Amino acid sequence: MIRARGLVKHFKVHKRAPGFASALRALVRRKYEVVKAVDGVSFTIERGERVGFLGPNGAGKTTTLKVLSGLLHPTSGEVVVEDCVPHRRQAAFLGKITLVMGQKSQLIWDLPPSETYAMNRAVFDVPKAQYDQTLAELTELLELAPLLDKPTRQLSLGERMKCELAAALLHRPTTLFLDEPTIGLDVAMQVAIRDFVRSYNQRHDATVLLTSHYMDDVVALCPRIIVIDQGKLIHDGDLRQLIKTMDPDKRVSFTLTQAIAEDELARLGALLARDGLRFTLRVPEREVGAVIARLLGALKAADLAIEDPPLEDVLRVMFGRTRTPGGSAPGHPRDDSAGEPAPGDAGGQSAAGGSS
Amino acid sequence: MTSATARTLRALPTLLRIGVAETVAYRAEFLVWILTTTQPLIMLGLWTSVAREAPFHDYSSSRFVAYFLAMLIVRQLTGNWVAWQISEEVRSGAMAMRLLRPVHPFFAYAASHAAAIPFRSIVALPVAFALLASTGASALTTDPVQLALLVPSLALAWLATFAMLFAIGALAFFLTQTMAIANLYFGLFSLFSGYLMPLELLPGPIARAAAWLPFRFMLSAPVELMIRSHTPGERADLLGGQLAWTAILLAMALGLWRAGVKRFEAVGG
Repeated sequence: MIRARGLVKHFKVHKRAPGFASALRALVRRKYEVVKAVDGVSFTIERGERVGFLGPNGAGKTTTLKVLSGLLHPTSGEVVVEDCVPHRRQAAFLGKITLVMGQKSQLIWDLPPSETYAMNRAVFDVPKAQYDQTLAELTELLELAPLLDKPTRQLSLGERMKCELAAALLHRPTTLFLDEPTIGLDVAMQVAIRDFVRSYNQRHDATVLLTSHYMDDVVALCPRIIVIDQGKLIHDGDLRQLIKTMDPDKRVSFTLTQAIAEDELARLGALLARDGLRFTLRVPEREVGAVIARLLGALKAADLAIEDPPLEDVLRVMFGRTRTPGGSAPGHPRDDSAGEPAPGDAGGQSAAGGSS
Repeated sequence: MTSATARTLRALPTLLRIGVAETVAYRAEFLVWILTTTQPLIMLGLWTSVAREAPFHDYSSSRFVAYFLAMLIVRQLTGNWVAWQISEEVRSGAMAMRLLRPVHPFFAYAASHAAAIPFRSIVALPVAFALLASTGASALTTDPVQLALLVPSLALAWLATFAMLFAIGALAFFLTQTMAIANLYFGLFSLFSGYLMPLELLPGPIARAAAWLPFRFMLSAPVELMIRSHTPGERADLLGGQLAWTAILLAMALGLWRAGVKRFEAVGG
């Protein structure tokens, strides 16, 4: 179980303007500002739940995951994970959790993944029989066999990510913090990772907290989502309910056999996309029945599909039209570095801005 | 024994094996690397030329040879670079992954660096021993007790050096970048440890300071045991000093780590 109550994490960030004079001034007198990366977030996640953790860049997602996994000490608030206080990083706690960061590797760069696995077996004190069994399972599920003895530095991004997942799960953690686990992967690999995470969750009754810029990951894996923005929780609940609340209209797609007049199309719904005789309309939920009847009857439409709006669209509405769920739009006053500071890095961007 | 200690002890053989594998991962770099840290040979050349005509203070040419070859051996066995490693891992955020493992990083780093010792010494030590036996043997101690004490003395020198550099590395949690501090440390170390010259050749006040500072016990103490006969009292002072400074440096290293890790920002990713 994961429980956060009034979780706050502030960072003191050195700010300076660009330029030589500013660099010299910063030597003598430094300006700092406090960034409220996480600002009073509360939620509870029960054992075995799969929860999507969403928000724009700089919202505080990764900071929250780092606090939950014990890497960061919270500024204030109460955090309990697996009945432990994470920042104490007791062995019992570390043995029950794992944190996978898509942009950070735990594999030993110069050695094959099998060496990292051997090290993890030793430091997590995994019994040999359990280790052999788990590694065999992971090797089969993730198709690792050809990768185990290649130096990590020679693996492709997708191969490395699969090996990272195996390294993170060898000690059979029951709480998984997954931060962008599919970043940079092709669609087939994303699907494979999703399937694997779902399977692991079901077989081990593991709790999964997932952040991803790929909404397909979240839709496929997480019945519940938590949304934060500027460090504050703005939604916690069922994914479908969120979509229904934020954007109750349906997307109706169909193909016609002949052209249709613009005014007749407009009477069916708002046109979202057109590709030849293939159309996608936005239709209020209460009108869907009538529109379908008309499409299938008089208009003889084929390949009919009725869908909820994409999660991206819902979040775009939620965060306001200047921002997308994957990142800040140009000109937005609060850029990525403001939310997730990179202390020691003057720009604050290179180290921290990749994800939140 | 606590379960954490037992777990760490069980993990140590694997950590050492991984350390060896990392050390030899790149063959060309490995070969170049084992030829480094040979500064004592440069100092040897310098000081033997100074003493060629006549002894410099009490140091004859052959005594300088014995001193700097003994120095080379001790340096090869006790040197490490953990401060640079920690600093870089803190600065880049890579430390995060290390902190997620249930073994204190002190032991993980220590195993990794200890594993490198035999390889670091694979070329330098045989050469140094051969030269020492052929040219400086007369200056070496033959006292069996003193030779036996060399083993704990070397172990303490290694641990004290490792703890000192671990502490400097841990400062990265507070300062982010500790390269300048590490360089400052190396300057002080070079002067006060006997790395550049025997401590008794230092000017009076500096020599007196060197006798009390930790650096002597990190490098010069085992060298002194190798090349000079000591009374039992002097041996006890040397080993006692090493023990005391190792305990102080260990406490400092672990204390700084404990305080510093609370400030870890886990940047990146």
